[in-house]
Formats: sequence, C-alpha cells, structure tokens
Amino acid sequence: MEKTAATPLVKGKAGSKRRRRNQIQLNNILLAAALPIAILIIWEAAGAMGKLNPILLPTPSKILEEFVSLTASGELARHLGISAWRALLGFLLGGGLGLAAGVWVGFSYKTERLLDPTLQMLRTLPHLAIAPLFILWFGFGETSKILLIAKRHIFYPPFYVNTFLGIRSVDGKLFDVGRVLQFSKWHMITKLIIPAAMPNILLGMRLSVGVAWLVLVVAEMMGSSSGIGFLINDARSFSLTAVVFVGIIVFAVVGKLTDSLVKLLERRLLRWQDSYKGDETL
Amino acid sequence: MAADTLVIERLNRTFSSPAGDVAALSNIGLKVKKGEFITLIGPSGCGKSTLLKIVAGLDSDYSGTVLLNDKPIEGPSIEKGFIFQEPRLFPWLTVEKNIAGNLSLKDPKVRAKVDELVALVRLKGFEKSYPRELSGGMAQRVSIARALLRNPEVLLLDEPFGALDAFTRAHLQEVLLDIWQKNRTTMLFVTHDLDEAVFLAERVVIMNPRPGHIRTVLPIDLPFPRKRASQSFQELRRKVLSEFEKVEEPAVDHDHGAGI
Repeated sequence: MEKTAATPLVKGKAGSKRRRRNQIQLNNILLAAALPIAILIIWEAAGAMGKLNPILLPTPSKILEEFVSLTASGELARHLGISAWRALLGFLLGGGLGLAAGVWVGFSYKTERLLDPTLQMLRTLPHLAIAPLFILWFGFGETSKILLIAKRHIFYPPFYVNTFLGIRSVDGKLFDVGRVLQFSKWHMITKLIIPAAMPNILLGMRLSVGVAWLVLVVAEMMGSSSGIGFLINDARSFSLTAVVFVGIIVFAVVGKLTDSLVKLLERRLLRWQDSYKGDETL
Repeated sequence: MAADTLVIERLNRTFSSPAGDVAALSNIGLKVKKGEFITLIGPSGCGKSTLLKIVAGLDSDYSGTVLLNDKPIEGPSIEKGFIFQEPRLFPWLTVEKNIAGNLSLKDPKVRAKVDELVALVRLKGFEKSYPRELSGGMAQRVSIARALLRNPEVLLLDEPFGALDAFTRAHLQEVLLDIWQKNRTTMLFVTHDLDEAVFLAERVVIMNPRPGHIRTVLPIDLPFPRKRASQSFQELRRKVLSEFEKVEEPAVDHDHGAGI
C-alpha cells in the first residue's frame, strides 16, 4: 500500500481506487510500448550510421516520410478504401451465409447430418489451392476476390462452427420455457437461440474478421490493380521497400482496429453476461 | 358446486429404459375445481413433477384422460402457466423484457400488464435490471410474473420455492396467496415441503412412489390467512405427516425409481 496519508486530498476509497486503476493502465501502456520503441530507436540509429542497406531495410523516418507522401497524394486512402470495401462485402456475404448455415445446421439434427460432413470437407481445402480456380472462373475482377474472402468467412472454423456450437450449447431448460410460453419457431430462433449463442457468434466473428484481412492480401497480391495488397506487391516489384512497409503497417493497424470494433460490439451486446472479467490489479 | 377445470382419469405414464420399464404414474385420478388451490406432495420419484408436466402439455407420452375445460391437452397453451423449480430467466433480457417474453413492450396493453405484474410481485424499481443482479427470490418472482402475463386459468408450479431460504420462501408464499385471492387462478403446486403444502392448499394430494400413485387427498379446512403456529394448523400438519409416514414405509424395496 502507498502512504495515502501523504496526500491529504484523497476523495475517499473510490477516488483512490480510480487513480490507482489509471496508474495501472498508464503503466501497462508504457510497458507495452517499451520494446517497440527500443527497436525503433536502434533501427533508426543503425540506419543513420549506414549499417543497413536502405533498399532492403529503410529507416523508420524514411517509412514515415513515404507514409506522409502516400497519404497526401490520396493514393493510400484510395487503396485502403477499396480493400475495406472488399473486406466488408466478403464479410457480409460470407458471414451471412456462415451464420445462416450455422443456425440451420445447429437447429436441426437432420440438416446437420445432411450438410455438416460436406461443409467440414470444404473447410479443409487450402485457400491458396482454391484461389487459382476462383480466378479462372470469375477472372481477376472484384468477384473472385470477394468470393475468396466470403469463402474464408464461411468455412474457416470461427463463423460456421462457433455459431453451430453456440446453438447446440443453449440450455435445454430455456427451451422448455420457450415451449411453455408458446414461442413460434421464429421466436425460438430470434428470441432464444440467437441471443444465447451470441457470445460464441461474436467470438467467431472476431477470429474470422482478423483472418479475412490476411486472405484479402493474398487475393490482392495474386492479381489486382488496386487495394493495399496491390500497393505492396507493386512496390515490391519496383524495390520501393518503404512503401511495402507502409502497406504492412496499414494492414496491421486496420486489423487491430476491426478487432477492437468487434470487441466493442461484444461488450455492448453481452452486457448481461455474468462472467469473470479478470482482476484489473493483477 | 363450481365446475371442474381439470379432470384426470386413469392416467398412466411409463418410462422405458434399457433396464426395463418403470411405471412413473399409475392409475391417477384427480378432479380440480375452478379456482382451487391444490398442493401435490410426496417423496422424490413419486411422479408429482411428471404429472405436472403432463398437465402442462410438455409430456404427451401417457395413457388415460387429462381434460382441461373438457378438452384434451394438446401441448402447451396460454391457459396453463408454468413455473419451474429454477427461475429460468433469459439472462440477456431485463426483468421487464423477461416478463413480456415474446410479446413487445411497445404494445401499450402489454406494457400496462407488465407494469401491473411488476407491482404485484413487488419488483418496482428493478424493471431494467438484468437477472444476474437479482437475488434468488427476486428472480423467482420475475418468473411468477412471466407466467401470469397471459392470465392463465391454471398455474402449474413445480417446487418453485424449493431452492430458496426460509424467509424468502415464506414471503413468496404470501405473494402467491395474494395473487390467488386476487385472480382466482386454479393452482397446482408441487412441493416436498410439508409446511408449505398445508399452508397454501385447500386440498393436499399425497402421492406414493413405485409406481407413483395418489395415496390420499386431504382437505385443509382452515380460513386464510393461516397461522402456522395455531393449533388447528399443527393438527392438520400432523395428519399429513402421519399419512406421509405410511407412505415412506413400504418404499424400501428395489431402487430403480429414477428421480424424476
């Protein structure tokens, strides 16, 4: 314990607790930033001393410069916008289908036996093996890229499997309540199954969204004339390493942002949950 | 003479298992008058919960006759409210939304009824709370309100206060009697608590296990509100207890009456 007597302006326990929490949060941020900052400093210093090949490994300041010029020209925003649009469409299409399949298969034992084996088989197909096929079928246009992302959302375990598992783990006792209250089939799904499975569905969504960005790069790098993946690929062929770095960093940041967005959604939608949130002082 | 709301005749229910068939209910016969308060009491495995589920329409695998208002039971319906042993609230819904169930609170009629029920079960101020914020007794009151929303003619209660502490239980018994006297809902109340059975009922149905059947039906001719400490109450309690002891004696044969 700190000596609280030394600070006479303590606003009771709650005030000191809040201050303590802020302190801990600040400490955590500093701690998390320490390693990256140290690496950046060493990197910059090594570059300035001429120890690094500027073509293979440009210094952080060079990358920042590139970032600023790409932003100023609007090029970065354009590519990012296109990538985000593809990711969104792919997510809506694939996520919607994955959710529907998960609900359908989860709801009915018959459908499970009919569909699940096939879906499980398709799921194991490697993505890179499918991509050429999609390009053959749908060309280099938008369709093949969006379908690739959609496929990922449907079959990569999270969405479909988590929805399915979420539904199957709904408390049977609550089903009895639904029956006693004469819920229609539709109400059973919308008022009982979906809310009860929501924690699983959102977890699936979070994992799925993260992976979708990875798929997007692959899709854009395989053949495209726009998007962040194209930006990276194009820069690579001209040895503009700084641009490659900018592309990578943008991907990382956007990936983190979408993850945080889903997490926020999770926190809002699952307010009712009574689970262990972790001890913030540990 | 009031009309019989519920008529049960020659009711049998058998559970099949690999180890052989177990008769859960055998030749049950019971007539319940409109607005009557019946408690069903008996040791575990006597089939009292099974009987309640059949009346609720949750179990239709029986033989015999079960009539509600002269009509055979065809599954759950709005005339029959059911209160489970546990509150079984939807944890993602607030108290008022749990009471409304699948009806919309935007409907002014539903809104008014929910508000009325919240007051009736004494939960004013907790309308927007989530179930995790409620105590066991409060949660069970929400489930009572939920069952009352559709004005059921019959309320089926399956050991609803079994998991609560003595004070909460006594309080909820009062709440329930309050509701009964206001609405004249026919009550079918399963319990294993002797005091509770005598305190609430106009008639106590004593059941016997293996196979589950009705041993006897005792009328409780005490005016409401009842006083547990009164001599007449204690006398009736003793009478039920003595029936109970007769029930327990032959129950020492083989042990495959699965706890139902």
